[in-house]
Amino acid sequence: MNSSLALSSTTFIYALASIFYIGSFTFKKKALAKIGFFILVIGFLDNTAGIILRWIESYQMGYGHAPFANMYESLVFFSWTVAILYIFVELKYKESIIGAFVSPLVFLAIAYASFDPSISNKISPLIPALKSNWLIAHVITCFLGYAGFAVAFGFSIIYFVKPKDPNATSIFAKLPSWDLIDELTYQMIVFGFLFLTIGIITGAVWANSAWGKYWTWDPKETWSLITWIIYAIFMHLRMMRGWHGRNLAWVSIIGFLAVLFTYFGVNYLLSGLHSYG
Amino acid sequence: MKKKQTIPELIWQFFSSVKLAVYTLVLLAATSVIGTVILQDGTPQRYIQTYGEPFYNLIRVFNIDDMYHAWWFLGLIVILCINIVVCSIERLSSTWKIIFPKKIKFNSNRFRKLKNLQTFEVKKDAQYLSKEYEGFLSKSVGNVLKEQTETNMVLYAEKGRWTRIGIYVVHSSILLLLIGALIGSLFGFKANLQLGEGETSDTVFVVKKKTPIKLDFSIRCNDFDVKFYDTGAPEEFRSNLTIIEGGKDSFTQDIIVNQPLRYKGINIFQSSYGQTQPNGAIFEIIRQSDKSVTNHTLKIGQEIDLPDGEGTFKLEGFLPQFDFKENNLGAAFVGRITQKDNKSFQIGLPIRFPTFDRMRKGSFAFVVKEFEQGYYTGLQITKDPGIWYVYSGFILMIIGCWITFFMSHQSYFIEIENAGGNHSKVSISGTTNRNSQGMKLKLKKIVTQLKDK
Ligand code: HEM
Repeated sequence: MNSSLALSSTTFIYALASIFYIGSFTFKKKALAKIGFFILVIGFLDNTAGIILRWIESYQMGYGHAPFANMYESLVFFSWTVAILYIFVELKYKESIIGAFVSPLVFLAIAYASFDPSISNKISPLIPALKSNWLIAHVITCFLGYAGFAVAFGFSIIYFVKPKDPNATSIFAKLPSWDLIDELTYQMIVFGFLFLTIGIITGAVWANSAWGKYWTWDPKETWSLITWIIYAIFMHLRMMRGWHGRNLAWVSIIGFLAVLFTYFGVNYLLSGLHSYG
Repeated sequence: MKKKQTIPELIWQFFSSVKLAVYTLVLLAATSVIGTVILQDGTPQRYIQTYGEPFYNLIRVFNIDDMYHAWWFLGLIVILCINIVVCSIERLSSTWKIIFPKKIKFNSNRFRKLKNLQTFEVKKDAQYLSKEYEGFLSKSVGNVLKEQTETNMVLYAEKGRWTRIGIYVVHSSILLLLIGALIGSLFGFKANLQLGEGETSDTVFVVKKKTPIKLDFSIRCNDFDVKFYDTGAPEEFRSNLTIIEGGKDSFTQDIIVNQPLRYKGINIFQSSYGQTQPNGAIFEIIRQSDKSVTNHTLKIGQEIDLPDGEGTFKLEGFLPQFDFKENNLGAAFVGRITQKDNKSFQIGLPIRFPTFDRMRKGSFAFVVKEFEQGYYTGLQITKDPGIWYVYSGFILMIIGCWITFFMSHQSYFIEIENAGGNHSKVSISGTTNRNSQGMKLKLKKIVTQLKDK
């Protein structure tokens, strides 16, 4: 077994998990979601194996670096973090149908990595600026942050499909209570905010140790700050202005769009120091 | 009737509102986008070329060419700071009273009405249970308060009052960060220095402004090395530097990207490199009539006589890019031939094309045979006396967020009612200042634990 086999099989397993989750949501069958969860966990283990194998392979090729060094690797890791975070939420809160709103994201990230021809899955050597232990701390924390926001985004979507009437008998009524959705979205954002904070800070410390400046208003830095501010706004609106429901869900969705722009848009549309997501 | 407020009161109120915080943050986020789409620090010509004259005037008025240091952007940050300070002062006294109450009290009726109240029956005697549950509460939560009536026993415990301070830690960390940034921009600098191998300097040049700054010591670059991967991508740049103080070598150290040299508050980073101008070369001079070759070592500026009294050749210099009839032929030496008849002209000797000079069809052809080219190292030199404020701000922010997000002030309430015949009815509920769903789950877990007692 090698990493590329492991990671391409992961893509298909995640696709299967998404199908089961979405099926459970559409056909009101909790049992399907349970199977979906089981498959998701298998996909996650496969994903983990792929990442570890890739790490080992990079040492065998003589480059020896953690697999967080290009767009392909970062997307694979993004799937991994969203998957582990969601698995944790489902285990803790025992709600499975909400997986229909998260598992597609897990699948899409790794599918994008595998199928977009412009994303190379070659293991390549590190340029001098990336040779730092801060790379690992920075990437892991940023991606945990992104993962929190991605899961929050999935949950926010529920606000636009679940009927407002609590007695509705439609297919969507199987979803958890509003209180729980609200709290879950908030918890995910809080989680994301903490890790994005640490991610930005480790990035700043790293920049200071590599270039002598902890902040240079490089577009990627600036966009991560914009994202961070949007989620700070989210928390203040929720705490102090009593925003709830769809209005707040919009803020979470805008925040996630900012995450996506920080991640992809900056790389493709603007120029700066960061060579990848 | 409401008392009419004075102007200072109104100002205070304005700055204590969270609404202002939200507006300020929205403006900061929205305007920050500008600097990522519009070129920063460009020349006027570039702006006029890209955006046109009228828009360039707008850029100048609002300092959009350096917007993160523009007066209005800094103004927003100042408003944010005042907002944080005023808002924190406003709220601190009430938070303080919660954190350090004169006496901890609780209201049983409030807990009995909570939505998360759970009730179950146990086949055990109330006396026994209250002992057990008290032990459980004091171990897993904290100090237990009791209230006893004829039929009921109420237990109450709480923890985490102090976690309410977390949010003040978060907000003050932002202030600390910004203070650090201010100190850095007032008393620090970021400068460049190019040193060829063997060169020494004690003067660096501020980035962009190019103002010179003299250091307390000199830096000598002894050696520079660059290594490449098989793919041709650079693997490592390394400079060997010596710090010289009072005319004496103080110490020598290698720096690579990510491993700077730090000395006396000055940080020296490896940032770039390049090739220095060669100061001379060995030339072959080929007599075209019989192809006989002579070798000459020439320094730049040096002049020699050509064989057969044909005139002189002077090596004038080195060009990194040599253009010939609109073609770039790469690096080249240039020299000047002065003939017997005093006619003089310049010739270019591109390194990549040794036969180039033959096309001139002169009586001699020149070929660059060998030359030595050194490297220079591009150093970035910075000083930032605010860095420790910034780093303290970082640490406080992480700690503050951790406390605020993952810890909370929780109170637990257990009521044991004697239901007769060695049976007891137990009710349990709790409050928390955040994550009420988490509280629900926690109570469920506690119920299963209590049933086992
Ligand atoms: C970049 C700026 C800011 C950041 C990162 C920030 C961060 C935070 C965070 C993380 C929370 C906790 C939210 C939660 O528990 O869900 C919070 C709460 C709060 N913030 Fe800010 N904040 C900022 C600016 C401000 C400003 C300018 C004000 C001034 C009015 C302010 C007032 C408050 C208040 C009153 C709370 C609620 C505190 C409580 O629960 O007792 N914040 N802030």
